[in-house]
Amino acid sequence: MRRSDDHREPPQVYGSNQIELAWTVIPVLIVVMLFLATARVIAQVQDADRSPDSIDVTAIGHQFWWEFRYPGLGVVTANELHIPVSDSVSPTPTFLKLLSADTDHSFWVPRLAGKTDLIPNRVNQMWIDPHHTGLYLGQCAQYCGTQHALMLLRVYVDSRSDFDAWVRSQSRSAVAVALTNADAAKGREIFEATSCINCHTVRGTVADGRFGPDLTHLMSREEIAAGAATNTPANLKLWIEDPDAIKPGSLMPAMRLTEQDLNSLTAYMETLR
Amino acid sequence: MAAATITVPQSDMPLSANLRGKVGMWCLIIAESAIFSIFVVAYLYYAGKSLSGPTPAQVLDVPYFTSICLFSSSLTILLAEKALHHGNVKRFGVFWFLTIALGVIFLIGTGREWYRLIYQDGLTISTNLFGTTFYSLVGLHAFHVTVGLIGLTVIWLFTLFGAVKQEHSERINVFAMYWHFVDAIWVVVLSVVYFITR
Amino acid sequence: MASETLAIAPTGLSTRSLAERLHEWAVTVDHKRLGILYIGYALVFLVIGGVEATIMRVQLAVPNNHFVSPQVFNRMFTMHGTTMIFFVAMPILFGFSNYTVPLMIGARDMAFPRLNAWGFWMSALGGIILYFSFIGGFGLYGAGSAPDVGWFAYAPLTSPAFSVGHSTDYWIVGLLVSGFGSIATALNVMTTILCMRCPGMKLGRMPLFVWMNTVMAGLVLVAIGPLTAAQLMLLIDRYLGGHFFDTQAGGSAVIWMHFFWIFGHPEVYILVLPAFAIVSEVIPVFSRKPIFGYSIMVAATVSIGFISLGVWAHHMFTVGMTSYANAFFVASTAAIAVPTGIKIFNWVGTMWGGKIIYKTPMLFCVAFLCQFLIAGLTGIMLATAPFDWQLGNSYFVVAHFHYVILGGIVMAVFAGSYYWYPKVLGKMMNETLGKWHFWLFVIGFHLTFDFMHVPGLLGMPRRVYTYEASRGWEIWNLIVSIGVIFQIIGILLWVADVIWSYYKGEIAGNDPWDAWTLEWHTTSPPPEYNYAEIPVIRSRRPLWDLKHPEDPDWKYE
Repeated sequence: MRRSDDHREPPQVYGSNQIELAWTVIPVLIVVMLFLATARVIAQVQDADRSPDSIDVTAIGHQFWWEFRYPGLGVVTANELHIPVSDSVSPTPTFLKLLSADTDHSFWVPRLAGKTDLIPNRVNQMWIDPHHTGLYLGQCAQYCGTQHALMLLRVYVDSRSDFDAWVRSQSRSAVAVALTNADAAKGREIFEATSCINCHTVRGTVADGRFGPDLTHLMSREEIAAGAATNTPANLKLWIEDPDAIKPGSLMPAMRLTEQDLNSLTAYMETLR
Repeated sequence: MAAATITVPQSDMPLSANLRGKVGMWCLIIAESAIFSIFVVAYLYYAGKSLSGPTPAQVLDVPYFTSICLFSSSLTILLAEKALHHGNVKRFGVFWFLTIALGVIFLIGTGREWYRLIYQDGLTISTNLFGTTFYSLVGLHAFHVTVGLIGLTVIWLFTLFGAVKQEHSERINVFAMYWHFVDAIWVVVLSVVYFITR
Repeated sequence: MASETLAIAPTGLSTRSLAERLHEWAVTVDHKRLGILYIGYALVFLVIGGVEATIMRVQLAVPNNHFVSPQVFNRMFTMHGTTMIFFVAMPILFGFSNYTVPLMIGARDMAFPRLNAWGFWMSALGGIILYFSFIGGFGLYGAGSAPDVGWFAYAPLTSPAFSVGHSTDYWIVGLLVSGFGSIATALNVMTTILCMRCPGMKLGRMPLFVWMNTVMAGLVLVAIGPLTAAQLMLLIDRYLGGHFFDTQAGGSAVIWMHFFWIFGHPEVYILVLPAFAIVSEVIPVFSRKPIFGYSIMVAATVSIGFISLGVWAHHMFTVGMTSYANAFFVASTAAIAVPTGIKIFNWVGTMWGGKIIYKTPMLFCVAFLCQFLIAGLTGIMLATAPFDWQLGNSYFVVAHFHYVILGGIVMAVFAGSYYWYPKVLGKMMNETLGKWHFWLFVIGFHLTFDFMHVPGLLGMPRRVYTYEASRGWEIWNLIVSIGVIFQIIGILLWVADVIWSYYKGEIAGNDPWDAWTLEWHTTSPPPEYNYAEIPVIRSRRPLWDLKHPEDPDWKYE
């Protein structure tokens, strides 16, 4: 191999103390400044004072859905979090207490805040302070098992009046199924006679399971199966019949009901408004 | 390269290849220390966090006698090393055997302690966090003592058959380093388990 | 040169049967053969890990895809990560270190040749145990299942309640066993470097390759232990009913994260230091200048080694540590940027004013420099905790660490392969194929990993087997998947080059690159005993002294 035609090596330079010093000291200064700026933001976020008007929500991660409890407001819901909009004059931030019922999860709604993990046997917290109403999408950001991908999350930032109305409707118990709707009444019997009630709660009835989402106001939610499908009667029926068709690996068992029972059960679900 | 024509000053000579046993053993000791330190951290972290009993204060007694035995074995192995260094193989064999005996006494002590904990106090590795961390840490150390004893015994058998000679002194030193390390770890385990967190 | 007279005739290679030759390789304790075994073994797993990556990228190319089930996808990313870290990157770099270090320090073999063989076979066994999980995961009656807990296997997903069957056990035991092999190899490398150097090779005269492998070996010694300990604890939990990571019994899921990352972050430097080592050899030779600032390079390497032991929790900014703990790990992580930056500056300083020869090894080094720089910058971004709260565990992180591993480490490995191939096999690799390999791979790399940052910024978390069409992630994922095609072709060209050159390559001679370190002093391939006469050196570039007796290095050092 020939290195070059003229066969001469370039000047052999071994280093330079001044230059090496410069490119050591300047990065050190940059790193120090970066650290100071970062430390300030960390303190502002993590050690923020809690304003008196803040909303408290307990978020509990499950394989593979979200449970939201509003202590003090008497609301329990799943996968779709409603919070009031905040503004800089009278801030109403939402403080989330993060727990896990099984494995690690992480609460992440990219347009609202960074993520914080939900870890079993540990209490974490974070806060969000949205200034615009609307729907914010998010999802679990810590691998939690088979269906980590479809553990989606919707945050509705409502105006104050909308939020109050939502809380009023959510804090009611399930309305007794009108006897005129025989199908739904039969569906309720099936619901309460099968293993549904071991996992699901419908407030005001015998169903008080905690393993799956609270269904008291199921029809007020836009999605089912933690965002895996839109909440339509057809999807609901399919979900009860064969959860794996919508969300393979989900912990909801296939209920093995007759077509007629499935229809009744779906009809009952549709009354849970 | 014209090696013969270059004289290398003593300051430019690297470590001798004869030291590689010792250097290698130091590396092993560092790696082992890292393993032990994680178990020690876990023990300290979970101290007092068990959800149910029994607690260390209820069931643990400081194993003074067996610990003294183990610590003395460091001294006997040192005397054995010295003996071999001076070529006194017989004296070496005697002190080497004493080392084994002291190590065995230590292991018997651990066995008796565990027997008592399991059958009298009902503490097993799955009872609570204390059980899990205690048996793991003390067990890891006991495993190292066992490995050391196997090595010691093999060398002792070689000695009996006359295969260990003065020229093996350096190799014996390397092995002894391991035994000293096992003793040193016991200082840490003993103080963490039986004094600091009890 | 004296070495030319040392060339020994091949001792009737062709007369031996295949079985005899295989047996020879199986029982070898020669550091060169073990080095080749390490590299060959890593290449097999590279193909396997690459297939796993390809399966994932096919699945993610379009939204709501049903190419594989979520269960299979989860196994793929777990096995891909575990394979690439433990059974590709580590063995291939151990291979380079095994082959090259004794030659570079003028030794005839490693300090403990038999332990060296033991280390290799333990690592190999570990990989086989891990992959046996595909058959044995559920026990012998099941359809088989590989681990699906992610390569960092966060508790309590690994507990018997959430991980039934034996798939996780294969993961644990595979890594335990290969960890013992790694410790043995590191012990050997460290001892070899400390005790086996030729006369005249003071610590301050060792090639940077050797220095960086010294620090790598030191890191393996202190960092693999925590992983081993954590795996033992997990085994105790799974088999003896222990509670180390059992959150139901008061155990902590977070302490697993600490233990894992106390290993996991030094591991990054265990991988990247040998890559730095390769680059530090290739850049000077192809710039025709000595390394710029040797002493500060050594200092930077050693300080990276130390600082890397104190940065692990930057993987855990989202687990809810106190603001003080977060600030500490921001500081330590940002601090490591300083010595790393020094290295990059020094490599550029070496090229500055040099006569740069753009042969394939150098091309890969230049790509390494640019890509590692970007990887470092996104690394600093992620080191600032608030940024990490947003983008940790997203595709931004995935893009970042692939930039480090593929853009940095693998590029250096490619450079090293073209650089030392002539030494190992005595033939030159084909430059044309090499340049095609370079350009296709670099284009594929940038298509895949530049665009992978974007879905992360748009909120796409990692480890999802599918995603909805409505989130604006589709086009980016498609581009990312297309890039894979280029990378596959690039890799195939590399393999083709390796095989073609073995039969048809130009004869290399002892020193095809006109290089300066000792390995180029002996024949290509070197005899089993490396040097008939142990060399004696007086400077960092012994072959420069030999070639320029009028202007030797030792006058300046």
